[in-house]
Amino acid sequence: MIDLSHLRADFPILHQQVNGQPLVYFDNAASSQKPRAVIDSLVHYYENDNANVHRGLHALSNRATDAFELARDKVARFIGAGSPDELIFTRGTTESINLVANIWASEFLKPGDIILYTGMEHHSNLVPWQLAAQKSGASVKHIPVLEDGTLDLENIDALLTEQVKLFTCVHVSNSLGTINPVKELCTKCRVLGINTLIDGAQAVGHMSVNVQDIGCDFYVFSGHKMCAPTGIGGLYGRAEVLAKMPPWHGGGEMINLVTLETSTYKAAPARFEAGTPDIAGVIGLGAAIDYLETIGIDRIHEHGAALTRYAMQRLTELPGIRILGPTTADRGSLTAFHLACAHPHDLVEFANTHGLALRGGHHCTQPLMKRFQIPGSSRASFYFYNTSTEIDRMMEILHRAVTFFS
Amino acid sequence: MPLSEDLKELYQKVILDHSRSPRNQGQFSADSCVHIHSDNPSCGDEIDLYIRFNEDGSISDIKFEGQGCAISQASASMMTEKVKGIPRQEVLQLIQDLQHTVLGNGEVRSSGTLGELQLLEGIQKFPQRIKCALLGWRGLERALYSAKLT
Ligand SMILES: Cc1ncc(COP(=O)(O)O)c(C=O)c1O
Repeated sequence: MIDLSHLRADFPILHQQVNGQPLVYFDNAASSQKPRAVIDSLVHYYENDNANVHRGLHALSNRATDAFELARDKVARFIGAGSPDELIFTRGTTESINLVANIWASEFLKPGDIILYTGMEHHSNLVPWQLAAQKSGASVKHIPVLEDGTLDLENIDALLTEQVKLFTCVHVSNSLGTINPVKELCTKCRVLGINTLIDGAQAVGHMSVNVQDIGCDFYVFSGHKMCAPTGIGGLYGRAEVLAKMPPWHGGGEMINLVTLETSTYKAAPARFEAGTPDIAGVIGLGAAIDYLETIGIDRIHEHGAALTRYAMQRLTELPGIRILGPTTADRGSLTAFHLACAHPHDLVEFANTHGLALRGGHHCTQPLMKRFQIPGSSRASFYFYNTSTEIDRMMEILHRAVTFFS
Repeated sequence: MPLSEDLKELYQKVILDHSRSPRNQGQFSADSCVHIHSDNPSCGDEIDLYIRFNEDGSISDIKFEGQGCAISQASASMMTEKVKGIPRQEVLQLIQDLQHTVLGNGEVRSSGTLGELQLLEGIQKFPQRIKCALLGWRGLERALYSAKLT
């Protein structure tokens, strides 16, 4: 296992006690912590360059605009977009999906059409499509999940009928850790003329992502899960598809010409970014990418996979444990499990009193919990600043929990 | 790494015992009881209460089924042991007292009658678990009011 423990010094928040014990933060899939460099970038912006973007002709506005657009270039390059114009800033994964489910859907969905998603989607990649289907008269279908936590793709060709207009799928499952074969699926869909959206909330910043290589039409992610501030994220849209989409919110910045009767609109990305954006958030997202790139995204992925392998191997020590998700080596940096002796909420409560932050519950994937016939699960999710020593500590706490609750 | 006192208070032996072996599990036939379902959608905890009432509105028998955390299930189990045969008005009072005990606010008017339920006091230090402790009791309150109407 590579040693990245020196990076812990970059994260002020990690050096604290919780309930009298050293904090072990294993809830990174919900939100990651922020390095000093990202926090400093926000302070620097507000102390030196704060002004509205794209509007002023003065020095501060120019600096803010430059920093803002520089960050767009960085993010676009980081996810392999063909051009920065294909990268729209949003509040995050949820908002990005809702944009597509409203605007793409309003243009392209008709009664009788089908939206195909999977049984392991986050609620934020289910509910917007259900709403879109209700509005348009389309319907939703799903690809089932197999017992091992992978997608049941045996009948995929039969599922991709002519009625299917959009296929969407999570890149890395936040509840199972499964890495889905998104490239293979998007390639199939492209041939059939089906638009695709990939939910990359758990992938970007954890593994190398190249949207052009994947071949999707849309790719969505959240900054806060990859060291950036909360409230900022992105929507990649393939230029050709974005060009066919009408505006979303109306307002400043997205227009060319406004009269009292009618208006004309800019092209993407401005067309989808009405109003003053989260400038500081965008700059923070750029700083997060700079930071991640100094470590190297492949090393981050390798370390996360190694920690997860180690955790999954050690978890089997616990009596009555059921570990969810694939046991293959290549998986997301998280592991979810269910202990026969303790409900996830009791286990997470127990862990918390020992300074260990786990997540317990349905993880916004209720259909998946139903599929596996469990009320919820406990989840340990890792990032590059976590260590195998922390996993040992988790195991010590979990062993005690088993004794306590059995 | 000693176990924290708060944790021991939250998960008292009696509470763990009720959660591991809940009392009064099961149901009655639909036509012979009032059935009330309660859940906390955010955590997925569920309690189904099956209650038979006497003419005077007191509870003649009660059973429950449910799934969820130790707190929600133990609290419901303890409740079913407590409320059988007690006059309706007293049960309503008990619900009030239990709420005050769990929330740590208001006056417990008949603390002497709480008995084992007093142990749920430990939940005060865990505000996010209050809704777990009260899940079954909220259902019971609704049952009492709906039974009055029939
Ligand atoms: C797979 C997945 N999709 C979507 C989301 C929603 O992300 P956000 O709440 O940042 O919009 C999350 C995060 O919880 C996630 O893990």
